[in-house]
Amino acid sequence: MSHIQLGGIDYAIMAIYVAAILGIGWTLARYMKTSSDFLTSARSIPTWVTGLAFISANLGALELVGMAGSGAKYGIATSHFYWVGAIPAMIFLAVFMMPFYYGSKARSVPEYLKMRFDERVRALNSVAFAVMTIFASGISMNALAKLLNQLLGWNYHMALWICSGVVLLYVLKGGLTSAIYTEVLQFFMIVLGFAPVVYLGLKDVGGWGAMNQSLQTVATNPAALNLAEAGKSYGPNAWTSAWQPLLAGPQNNPMGVDWFAMVFGLGFVLSFGYWCTNFLVVQRAMAAKNMTAARNTPLVAAVPKMIFPFLVIVPGMIAVALTSMPDKDYRIPPPIVSQENYTKAVEVVKKANPAEPAAAVAAVAEALGVKVRGEKVAALVASNTKTKLSDEQIHKGIYNSIAEYDYDGVILSLVKKYCPPGLLGLALTALLASFMSGMAGNVTAFNTVWTYDLYQAYFAPGKSDNHYFWMGKFITVVGILLSIGAAYFAAMYNNAMDIIQLVFGFVNAPLFATFLLGMFWKRTTGTGAFLGLFGGIGGSALFHALTTTSSNVDAAGRVINGMKGGYLAVVSQFPSEMAQNFWLAAFAFVACFALTLGISLATRRTKTDEELKGLVYSLTPKIVDHEQAWYARPAILGVVLLVCCVILNVMFW
Amino acid sequence: MGLDIRWPIGLMFTVVGALLALQGLLAGPDANKLSLGININFGWGCVLLAFGLLMVFFAWRGKQGAK
Repeated sequence: MSHIQLGGIDYAIMAIYVAAILGIGWTLARYMKTSSDFLTSARSIPTWVTGLAFISANLGALELVGMAGSGAKYGIATSHFYWVGAIPAMIFLAVFMMPFYYGSKARSVPEYLKMRFDERVRALNSVAFAVMTIFASGISMNALAKLLNQLLGWNYHMALWICSGVVLLYVLKGGLTSAIYTEVLQFFMIVLGFAPVVYLGLKDVGGWGAMNQSLQTVATNPAALNLAEAGKSYGPNAWTSAWQPLLAGPQNNPMGVDWFAMVFGLGFVLSFGYWCTNFLVVQRAMAAKNMTAARNTPLVAAVPKMIFPFLVIVPGMIAVALTSMPDKDYRIPPPIVSQENYTKAVEVVKKANPAEPAAAVAAVAEALGVKVRGEKVAALVASNTKTKLSDEQIHKGIYNSIAEYDYDGVILSLVKKYCPPGLLGLALTALLASFMSGMAGNVTAFNTVWTYDLYQAYFAPGKSDNHYFWMGKFITVVGILLSIGAAYFAAMYNNAMDIIQLVFGFVNAPLFATFLLGMFWKRTTGTGAFLGLFGGIGGSALFHALTTTSSNVDAAGRVINGMKGGYLAVVSQFPSEMAQNFWLAAFAFVACFALTLGISLATRRTKTDEELKGLVYSLTPKIVDHEQAWYARPAILGVVLLVCCVILNVMFW
Repeated sequence: MGLDIRWPIGLMFTVVGALLALQGLLAGPDANKLSLGININFGWGCVLLAFGLLMVFFAWRGKQGAK
């Protein structure tokens, strides 16, 4: 399809946004005097700001684009990634873990690990984290540049370098504070930029009730829209209820997941592992001005996080409903097919013999390079023989006959469908904002971990603060350049990137067991933590090598794609990749937990009770919240939020 | 730290909101074809403008309080 044409007003809105974020960087530059100002914001920021930055750093564009896609694939059950897979962990972080992160005066999560355990654990965590942030930001920037290229026809390299350049400028000027402040602005930009699109989409499908009704029809015959293989049928509430299809078993929900894997694998292991230990988000809370502000940061963030499904998942559901309504002239976008291939396919249709529809269908599919729906192509050929259609009409017919979906294109296809010039600029700026906040978040976490946990710890200890301040700035530039390198790498070696992400999945899965034992059991030793982590990582790799999904095994019982597991042997098959991931996480957690526990009991403690004060729950004086108004106490706020979260789950039961 | 973030947020949305509302006012009715006949630019522009002004007001009040 053709590129979106932007008008003057659209460019103006983008320019105002870029000017605003650069202005923030420039204004903050004069307050950057020490390495701590630059890398940790000198712990000076109010709660509502750190709270919104906390959520914005997580709301990268991949999340925005990906969650809309999942909304189309799985329906409202996608909200489990929010209501089960985020809120409880955020509350746990606020109430139980923040006191140790903030109270220990550690400047980063790896530094906390060094205080609690030893150098080995810190080194393992900081190296893995540093590499991961670079790849994460590279993957996201590659996605952005590709999107701008396909959508607006911008040059890929130019888009990549300019967007990275803007992030570099404001992070280099104002450091972490700049990243946090712009993240708040980006948060409002994203919410206010996409809300009208959701509104228009809902209005177009006839409101919430009408949308649900068409989704119920879709669920009983998902193959009609290519949402499942032919003959598959779900209960009518598969797209519109969050829990009932899940409780009915993996065969009855489009995710192919059972409730235990969802609650334990996602809701406990993966979710707590991400929200409670990932320095990218925890760093935002650590920048808060005092302990209460730090603890309330994830709680402030939990409020928008709870409401986000309506902004990011509902568009996917709208897209499915629209696709099921023939009069709306909409389909979930197909994978990008080049103009050249479309032209070839049009020629094929023109020359096709209506007496041999099967040959025509095969030839069209070959010309396009994607699967097509036979009956639609046959109908197109037939109607073209009856009355000559224009090239444009044939092109459109072919476009509508493609049987594959590019789910990541869902949100933008809605933007394109509903936004006139002006609103279009706002929505695209919101998309740019989400990419930039993701990149800035990664880079500011990377520069802190590099400067304090790697450079200061192992390469140049005992230098002046000015030295580290300079290093922080220097490594920011390096970090951006490495991200750009990673983006090119992702563009060229898609498969290598999949392997890297797979490996990071292994590294992260067991992490929460280490933190849990470290913070709440004083007997945990450094050796136990270090070997336990290795055991957990090895355990995940082994689990992946021995299991796969049932769709990845051919009729003879051989594994089709080793990337999807089962390359050593197939001990167990899961109904979906998501189920495999959740069970892998659960397994890794248990392995790491058991090993850390056993090895700790077998090894001698190296830290005394006195040294562990402020780092372990039982040895730290309880924080007294009584001086604050009851409504500002983290524990009470946490309970209120948890109740709200339960209510949401019940509402969409 | 030094800068009250409500200023840049407020100012940016005030300008963007005003621009969007103006676009909605000046563009002909054809412009609303995509948006189901609703003048979404004008309506949403006003929302953004109000949000921007509110932020500016809070920033201004914060400054008064600090004095």
